[in-house]
Amino acid sequence: MKPIYLDNNATSQVAPEVLEAMLPFLQDFYGNPSSMHTFGGQVGRRVSQAREQVANLLGAAPDEIIFTSCGTESDNTAIRSALATNPGKRHIITTRVEHPAVLSLTARLAQEGYRVTELPVDAEGRLNLEQYAKSLSPDTAIVSLMWANNETGVIFPVEEAAALAHNRGILFHTDAVQAVGKIPIDLRKNSIDMLSLSGHKLHAPKGVGALYVRKGTRFSPFLVGGHQEKGRRGGTENVPSIIALGLACDLAGQKMETENTVVKALRDKLENSLLIKVPRCRVNGDRTQRLPNTSNISFEFVEGEAILLRLNEYAICASSGSACTSGSLQPSHVLRAMGVPFTMAHGSIRFSLSIYNTEKDIDAVIDTMPGIIENLRALSPYWEVGDSICAGVEG
Amino acid sequence: MWEYTDKVKEHFLNPRNVGEVENPDGVATVGSLACGDALKLTFKLDENGRITDARFKTFGCASAIASASALTEMIKGMTVEEAAKVTNQDIANFLGGLPEEKMHCSVMGREALEAAIAHYRGEPAPTEEGKIICECFGVTEEEIARVVRENNLRTIEEVTNYTKAGGGCGGCHEAIQEIIDRVRGEGKAVTRPKLSNIQKIKMIEETIDREIRPLLQQDGGDLELIDVVGNRVLVATRGACASCAASQLTMKQVVEAKLRELVWPELEVEEVSQ
Ligand code: FES
Repeated sequence: MKPIYLDNNATSQVAPEVLEAMLPFLQDFYGNPSSMHTFGGQVGRRVSQAREQVANLLGAAPDEIIFTSCGTESDNTAIRSALATNPGKRHIITTRVEHPAVLSLTARLAQEGYRVTELPVDAEGRLNLEQYAKSLSPDTAIVSLMWANNETGVIFPVEEAAALAHNRGILFHTDAVQAVGKIPIDLRKNSIDMLSLSGHKLHAPKGVGALYVRKGTRFSPFLVGGHQEKGRRGGTENVPSIIALGLACDLAGQKMETENTVVKALRDKLENSLLIKVPRCRVNGDRTQRLPNTSNISFEFVEGEAILLRLNEYAICASSGSACTSGSLQPSHVLRAMGVPFTMAHGSIRFSLSIYNTEKDIDAVIDTMPGIIENLRALSPYWEVGDSICAGVEG
Repeated sequence: MWEYTDKVKEHFLNPRNVGEVENPDGVATVGSLACGDALKLTFKLDENGRITDARFKTFGCASAIASASALTEMIKGMTVEEAAKVTNQDIANFLGGLPEEKMHCSVMGREALEAAIAHYRGEPAPTEEGKIICECFGVTEEEIARVVRENNLRTIEEVTNYTKAGGGCGGCHEAIQEIIDRVRGEGKAVTRPKLSNIQKIKMIEETIDREIRPLLQQDGGDLELIDVVGNRVLVATRGACASCAASQLTMKQVVEAKLRELVWPELEVEEVSQ
């Protein structure tokens, strides 16, 4: 059975055009772009073209794009580079809801003696810009804020935040892994210094990403090696995937309109229908400042993993912020930072759509979900039918 | 994704005995919403003290639901005394095993059963007593000591898998380690009777003959037991070993490790020239 795939913030399907475009570089055109011969050189030209395609989507110049292996590498590179080029500064600002690619790194840097400010968010997952501005200090080496949250889709005002940092001469990095391809980005119109993106979130394969570094920004490489990427990232280029990423960015630009109209409409239909059909559920995160494809809904008094595995029986793929699925024993750090009550956090389900979803997919979920929740609630000791006050509620 | 057995999946998708027994003889709820799983167990006895009906309600993940379903199936038909002997491992076995990280689901089943039996007997629930060690998940010293003992756990990570204790802020890790050390210390004292000196010397000689000498002889060396003073084992090296600069290392690493493993954990090997 073809799955109904609503887990695109985890990873996405490789676009058929993208697959087709990369295949020749796994077959006939296997040359090394650094080689002197035409056989390799022609590959180098295609890599340049891909760089232009990525730059175009972001409103950047091609030589501001460094290809990397993933979003995590881009994040690590950006933050480490900022620290290396500002050796006198010992302060880092980020938020509590960042991806582990940033939070695990800053936790490690804290152990190395850096001062790390993790800004809180409100119940809707929003950042307080005033509080953010106050946290900027002459000792701050870098600010790293995500453009859009992977779990809730909530969008941070990164452009304003970047301007505030810039006014004080502080470098600004954004993890835009979830935002790129889903919402318009134009780096000519803001002062963001560095931006991370990842291929597999926008219909390119896994194992390729990019880091945007604004022209004139001092930079220190993370992977030291050959002269690839103008010495900014050693290692032979992952040519097929870079070609793929280029085309995927091109397509994302073309589909931006669809993403923000058709996909958004499907997401809204799914969300609104579930809110109506299932009692005691709610949306996590600010619904006005949000990615068009993401919906994070909590179903009270049931546990997320149980919901996912029941959905799995219908070949419906989603994800959850519950403890059992977060890989730890506590619900997702994002929901905890938002102060989502435990009764809600354990039963949170994230649906993340893409341009490949159809109305039929969404209707199937709308038909399936209420039964699953009802069924699991019938098992739950906290759920009393017809009783809005439930026994034994904690947290 | 978790690797669940078919039996876990089957019990999760078609849980048996859902609900609550009317006028139960035993009833208990363990866990909490905050912790992410909870189980309410009720059972009813016949005139001979056998469990005729057992039902559950669970808030939790697939393996929590499956463990509760399995538990009710297992205890139906048992006497209370028989049911009291069911361990978390029995529940896991019934399901064909659980992923390590999910063993706490089977422990929750056992705890609910115990608490329900205690309720039936008019005793306080056993796990509610004692000092809380893990604040994040409300796990007591008694509970941790018990799973360590019953499941032969060695590391904090294992304790977390079985009880969740330590899986939050990590502030209780030191205390958990102390409990592990204490419980494992108990075990040794019980299973290892004290050796008389003569027994000890005999066992050391045998071990050297059987396990160590053949190893050394491969390299043209040999070893002679000179004396045993308390836990000090005095040996002299012969042949190639005697002139080998690395022999000190060989002593410590090979001989001592072997003797500690097979004879007595506190033995110390010393080389004497004779
Ligand atoms: S006190 Fe045990 S994990 Fe926090």
